[in-house]
Amino acid sequence: MRLEYIGLSELSGSLIALEGVEGVAYDEMAEATLDKGERRWGRVILLDGDRAVLQVFEGTRGISLENARTHFTGKSMDMALSREMLGRVFDGAGRPIDGLGELFPETRRNINGAAINPVSRQYPRSCIYTGISAIDGCATLIRGQKLPIFSGSGMCHNELAAQIVRQARVAEQEEDFAIVFAAMGVKNDTAEFFRRNFEEAGALQRVVMFLNLASDPIIERILTPRCALTAAEYLAFDYGYHVLVILTDMTSYCEAVREFSSSKGEIPSRKGFPAYLYSDLASLYERAGMIQGRKGSVTQVPVLTMPNDDITHPIPDLTGYITEGQIVLDRSMEQKGIYPPVAILPSLSRLMKDGIGEGFTRADHPDLSNQLFASYSKVQEARSLASVIGEDELSDTDKRYLQFGEAFERHFIRQDAGEERTMEQTLDLGWKLLTILPRSELDRVDAKTLDAHYAEGAWEDLGTGESPRTA
Amino acid sequence: MTQDSYTIHGVNGPVVTVTGGRGLAMMDMVHVGAEGLIGEVVRVEDGLTTVQVYEDTAGLMPGQPVVPLGAPMSIELGPGLLHNIFDGIARPLEVIQARSGPFIGRGLNLPSLDRARKWQVTLSVRPGDEVGPGTEYASCPETAVITHRCRVPAGLAGQVTWTAQPGEYTVEEPLVEVTDRRGTVHRLTLSQRWPIRTPRPAAERLPISRPLLTGQRIIDTLFPVGKGGAAAIPGPFGAGKTMTQHQLAKWSDADIIVYLGCGERGNEMTQALEEFSQLLDPRNQRPLMERTILIANTSNMPVAAREASVYTGMTMAEYYRDMGYHVALMADSTSRWAEALREISGRLEEMPAEEGFPAYLASRLAEFYERAGCVRTLGGEEGSVTVIGAVSPQGGDFSEPVTQNTKRYVRTFWGLDRSLAYARHFPSINWLTSYSEYTNDLKGWYDANVGADFVPCRQRISNLLQEEAKLMEIVKLIGADILPEEQKLIMETARLIRVGFLQQNAYHAIDTYVPLSKQLRMMELILRLYDGARALTARAIPLSQLKATGIFDQLAKMKYQVPNEDQSGFDDYQRQIDQALEQVSRANS
Repeated sequence: MRLEYIGLSELSGSLIALEGVEGVAYDEMAEATLDKGERRWGRVILLDGDRAVLQVFEGTRGISLENARTHFTGKSMDMALSREMLGRVFDGAGRPIDGLGELFPETRRNINGAAINPVSRQYPRSCIYTGISAIDGCATLIRGQKLPIFSGSGMCHNELAAQIVRQARVAEQEEDFAIVFAAMGVKNDTAEFFRRNFEEAGALQRVVMFLNLASDPIIERILTPRCALTAAEYLAFDYGYHVLVILTDMTSYCEAVREFSSSKGEIPSRKGFPAYLYSDLASLYERAGMIQGRKGSVTQVPVLTMPNDDITHPIPDLTGYITEGQIVLDRSMEQKGIYPPVAILPSLSRLMKDGIGEGFTRADHPDLSNQLFASYSKVQEARSLASVIGEDELSDTDKRYLQFGEAFERHFIRQDAGEERTMEQTLDLGWKLLTILPRSELDRVDAKTLDAHYAEGAWEDLGTGESPRTA
Repeated sequence: MTQDSYTIHGVNGPVVTVTGGRGLAMMDMVHVGAEGLIGEVVRVEDGLTTVQVYEDTAGLMPGQPVVPLGAPMSIELGPGLLHNIFDGIARPLEVIQARSGPFIGRGLNLPSLDRARKWQVTLSVRPGDEVGPGTEYASCPETAVITHRCRVPAGLAGQVTWTAQPGEYTVEEPLVEVTDRRGTVHRLTLSQRWPIRTPRPAAERLPISRPLLTGQRIIDTLFPVGKGGAAAIPGPFGAGKTMTQHQLAKWSDADIIVYLGCGERGNEMTQALEEFSQLLDPRNQRPLMERTILIANTSNMPVAAREASVYTGMTMAEYYRDMGYHVALMADSTSRWAEALREISGRLEEMPAEEGFPAYLASRLAEFYERAGCVRTLGGEEGSVTVIGAVSPQGGDFSEPVTQNTKRYVRTFWGLDRSLAYARHFPSINWLTSYSEYTNDLKGWYDANVGADFVPCRQRISNLLQEEAKLMEIVKLIGADILPEEQKLIMETARLIRVGFLQQNAYHAIDTYVPLSKQLRMMELILRLYDGARALTARAIPLSQLKATGIFDQLAKMKYQVPNEDQSGFDDYQRQIDQALEQVSRANS
């Protein structure tokens, strides 16, 4: 028997309310049929006695109080899953849009997922080589990690994300590698850029794409990352794929959450975002990880554009509190023409400490990256001093720091979008650059490691012998 | 308890409204819906009761039953808490894993303690004994390092009328029967229940007189926290809050550690579980987990349970305090707890105060931190709960409500600094913004146990850092080269203090934990060099000559060279200092 409720009692934004309903569960899915036969999907977000409030995914345009018939499906929001998803393109709510027909579901799962029991988690330790020095050397990506890229409008985060996807390798070259790409509120061009990139890398058959473009309904945007992560978890934990999930752009997602929250009349918190934004983001980011006894892994690289390049804005701020580090892009570096414009100091990988060094990458890696961070932070001090008193007045040591800073940016951070450096190359380059500084300045490294890697004057063959000011 | 039947009226996220009778009391526990989800009454109005549910509410329907349990939210306490990991409402995560696999299921009403495990019980009372609150009636070895002492709960006094034979018992089997004055017989087992929001009583509060030693130089030396005190670690993301909390949980000299992951990352809890099981306590060479309780309510677990988790942790901590142990509770992070309050408050449509937080934020924080303390227990022993709460201020801005209100109730403040973290200076505790109000209370202890030199040395170190901060203002404008020699010396010494003393490498086998005697020795050597060098600069000898001997660089690395057990290596350093000074002095005579 198909029970339908005719008519609505209220319409507001993307919400509809019905009265006199019975036997409806919280979070249940409903299907509203308009008089012309058009169907819309909705989800119960509030129950109050016999009144139910639903959010309509496709928006409420064209719905009146009388022209809709609502049917409650008795199920919560789930999606069809199958290994055949690989190579397919879906919309933000998980429906195929590539014209290849419906997916034959092997199973259906709730898109909200469930929390991984901390006891069942496998602590991530294997490093993913991206071939990008700034990341491999200083903020190493670990399999099962969530490492966002903090960027700004107009910067090259997409190129960087695409390069990571192209070059990501794991030490043991066995396995099944898959990419889940979720676009939330991005421009059509951006989606096309990624598609072309996957194609050029010959990876299209390993990619599942979920596209919610800038013009698509915002309610669907809220579902997009959930669908993507459900697909990723299925591929990872049921089929043993190592899944890299790219979520772009989280800022659009958060703005969709804000829009939706305000249409529900919720009390806003900072900058109008709802108080539960932290929990909401956590319910996405925490879905990265590895599980003991299962082969696959879910690694997340969310991309977000910081509004006004402000890292203390609620979106990057809350993200940083949940994710395991961040890669921060810097506009002034981009303006200097450095690709990838990674700001080394605020970038961080929290899981790096357990995935590098002896037995993982190379024994000197932790010391080297520590020293690079420490020295590069002194470069900033020297630069600000130079801007006050002029470079000529600087002490010799400070001049060396300036020189090191320039060389580090030009040789270490900067690399070609197609260039892939091995870990050895990255580390050796780092040591070479450190030789610009006098040995006594390297206070983070013990004498033995220095003896092994510090060769006086090794930097000269980098071709930075000329004045540091020419950059 | 009433016979009314209650049903669900409405659902809004974790907040459920209930209709039925008028018999539900505030803070009572209820089972909600067909699956029996655990909830707690948070508001009672005529005919409509509001319940916050500790699990995901998807699937609940109006009309489903709500069953009151007739008691406030309480947890089970007894042997088996140690070496275990629980969720925010004290359900054992390992059992949950066995039941529902790697993803956490719903409606699992599991007891906290293992019902099947038997404990080797020694009874400490005999029939005829008079017992009162706090009297020990039984004990059992809970782990190799901790003896579990069962105490008569508060409010019960009378005569022992029966005891079991010593032997092996589970947590449910009766051990002792106590008949109170009214003739009611009370059966005591290894376990008991306690409502989490009610502080456990103690005989009296004692003044704080001993530091919680952590082996972290900047904390033990500059900003100590007393046993029974409260400390806050605020810091922006990436500044090392969790790392600092882990270090404290690993190395502090508390008997019991309760580590509370409140709304934080799942991987961090996994790491804590893994690491604490492998690492050995430096005092007894047993795995740290044997003295640790982990409570994991990760950020994607239900928000109401996050709100409850801090009370769960505190109640467990107090329970062990009442056995006469010194307990340290690490809460990471109290901001997530405050946000849970805000989220639930929003759903209840309460009037928001600052930044959307409820107006009762300050009083809740006060209630929580005031449960810390050093006490004489009902059993007459000394026990303490030290609380160390991490705070995650929005945007790293310490003026936000949670940090500001926390500051009012803690006496030690370790302010983490983003720029120090960027320079990989760890622990990134800023020595200029941090403070400890315990330094005076603890002076007597330091004088008696470390040496009379300790407090004066600390003061001098602290002064040098202050002076450096002042000089830095000038250096930023004109560079360091034109400073007079004695000021250059201050800068150089302060740098040595920062690099060689304050910075501590958590991953270095020797440096991760440093006993107080070694901390004192290091300070003395740094000051010895400073004093000697000052005598040289007074003779107009340029500091660069002394720097050229390399003695500053050498001292900066002594932390890695001298093992904790055998500190004779410091004598070499002292000789080197004297030689360097002598050499420069002679070259200029």
